[in-house]
Amino acid sequence: MSETKTLPTRYVTQPGEIKTSSGKTLRTDEMIINMGPQHPSTHGVLRLEIVVDGEIVVDIIPHIGYLHRCFEKHAENMINYQQVIPYVDRMDYVAAMNMEHGYAVAVERLLKIEVPERVEYLRVIMAELQRIASHLVAVGTFGIDAGAFTPFLYAFRDRELILDLFEMTCGARLLYNYIWVGGLSHDLPPQFIDKCKEFCTYFKPRIKQFNDLLTFNEIFVKRTANVGVLPKDVALNYACSGPMLRGSGINWDLRRDDPYSVYSRFEWQPQLGKGEMGAVGDTWDRHIVRMREMEESVRIIEQALAGIPAGNVQAAIPKRIRPEAGEIYARTETPRGELGYYIISDGSGSPFRVKARSPAFVNLSVLPEIARGGMIADLVLIAGSVDIVLGEVDR
Amino acid sequence: MGLLDQRFESGNVFVTSLDNLLNWARLSSLWQMQFGLACCAIEMMAASASNFDIMRFGIIPRATPRQVDVLFVAGTVTIKMASRIKRLYDQMAEPRYVLSMGSCSNCGGPYWEHGYHVLKGVDRVIPVDVYVPGCPPRPEALLEGIIKLQEKVRRESLVKKSA
Amino acid sequence: MTAAEILENVKSEFGDSVVESKLDVLQPWILVAPERMREIAYFLRDDPAMQFDYLMCLSGVDYNNGKLGAVYHLFSTVHRHKIVLKAQCTKEDAHVQSVSAVWGTANWHEREAFDLIGIVFDEHPDLRRILLPDDWEGHPLRKDYKVSEFYNGMNVPY
Repeated sequence: MSETKTLPTRYVTQPGEIKTSSGKTLRTDEMIINMGPQHPSTHGVLRLEIVVDGEIVVDIIPHIGYLHRCFEKHAENMINYQQVIPYVDRMDYVAAMNMEHGYAVAVERLLKIEVPERVEYLRVIMAELQRIASHLVAVGTFGIDAGAFTPFLYAFRDRELILDLFEMTCGARLLYNYIWVGGLSHDLPPQFIDKCKEFCTYFKPRIKQFNDLLTFNEIFVKRTANVGVLPKDVALNYACSGPMLRGSGINWDLRRDDPYSVYSRFEWQPQLGKGEMGAVGDTWDRHIVRMREMEESVRIIEQALAGIPAGNVQAAIPKRIRPEAGEIYARTETPRGELGYYIISDGSGSPFRVKARSPAFVNLSVLPEIARGGMIADLVLIAGSVDIVLGEVDR
Repeated sequence: MGLLDQRFESGNVFVTSLDNLLNWARLSSLWQMQFGLACCAIEMMAASASNFDIMRFGIIPRATPRQVDVLFVAGTVTIKMASRIKRLYDQMAEPRYVLSMGSCSNCGGPYWEHGYHVLKGVDRVIPVDVYVPGCPPRPEALLEGIIKLQEKVRRESLVKKSA
Repeated sequence: MTAAEILENVKSEFGDSVVESKLDVLQPWILVAPERMREIAYFLRDDPAMQFDYLMCLSGVDYNNGKLGAVYHLFSTVHRHKIVLKAQCTKEDAHVQSVSAVWGTANWHEREAFDLIGIVFDEHPDLRRILLPDDWEGHPLRKDYKVSEFYNGMNVPY
């Protein structure tokens, strides 16, 4: 264990000249290597221009926009506020429930309406189930980046159970259009609560199995410890959020610190990175934060399932959504971090401007800072630990 | 062709046409390019995971276009990406097939009206063999699209040029 | 600190740069002159009573009356208060001073506002398009944007 802590994090580059052992002088130079937009491990259509000296990364220039799907233009042209929700889904397609939840919270604050308790509880259950599903994708693909294919299959096997629960409720596996402004589109089917409890008891030992398989595997630890360390001041200056921030040891979770919905009624703890295997804020810390957040999400779901109040989930859905002229910025915690919606209303039925502040876009901007000085193989892991979803980065 | 192991009654010999043999070999090992663009990519990943298992059709994901037979365009094709897709398609060796997965690559999808940066269908830059509708299509729908593609390959002939 | 106190602090330092403010809405905002944006940003970040060290969001807006604007949502992790800062400019002379030296996250946000709305941020280290291709014409999120028929030989509308 102590050996991993003393590994150097930055390799010293010496461009210019190298003296070989036979006395000759070799001129070295920097190269520019292009990674992407089609690449098996850039998690989507991301293009990284890497300036390298040998194998050591000197600078990175990310190029995004290969998935820019004009979300904000669509939001301005929709007939009413509810029609924006399918587009909101498709931004971060891995965590669609959380995206819808954030939008619904923002518009409800603008309209100054309250939703029934049952709606809040169901929204929390769906959001936490989606958080587990999103983290499973994140850690599964992170394993593939490190070279381990089997954890991916284990993660997706468990994710299929969550998608079955979603399909039972609203008919869709990936993009739901379920959380509407003022309520939900469908109430729970009768067998949902039992199946969800079954899932929770099934899933808790699976996290331990996954940890044994990947997280505490010595090869994985050696590859991820001390790699991509994100210092606290850089993280705050670059407005990182979510597991990136908590992995660096900053105790900040929007569900507790900028509260929305009914999270304050449940007992749970935000998980922090403590530097157990290397420096605080390395990629292993961010990974273990995600694994532990899945356990906390299961806790929240079990507590919520125990106390769902009765009610009508569609009672508070307004017939016409016509907020007064004004604006609001509301933020919620998605699996990737702080999702914010800045909505300007001009008093008519359709939004004037909807800006989505996406966590992956902001987290990705810190990539050049933390990957300098590492090797190209480390860069792949660091990009994987940021956990980007290009639909959200490019909107 | 039928199941191979039931054709070997008369010793280890069976007779078929070259067309059948080639088509059977090609459709049973359609190597795919790892090319997920957007939401449909997650369903494609779910299809290649253990619950739906694309690999039993002989489809192995490869990273480089030079070694693949079929390109699954899974997700929205934007205008910035379109020139790259054309380049990747040109780098594939014949016989090559394209399966357009999802509404966005079929026809622009939900972004057809106001999407100034969305290409309304990948068939504006490359020729497509099979279209799989859905937003996103279920993994079973993708598997059906693959089976349709296999049927198309089965009907090919060395003598008659396909379209 | 309440929004009124923050407004007082900013006014006492930069009196004439504060153009307008509105405190009785859901999220109080302060409209400042775009040429002094960076000094005001440094003041808000470094003053010990305010310490706005977290730039939550930077958005560009086209107000459809000939004006463009940039909206800054600031948060202080130390004191847990928020404020909204705004800067407006005309379409013909769309310049706002960049704050990317103050908060590192503003770099990409300003590039996006330049790309989609067309506001030029002065003294930005690397102001080029981020989401659209480099040779795209026009700024799509403006209200008077017309979709062009062809781009590099590809038919753009449906």
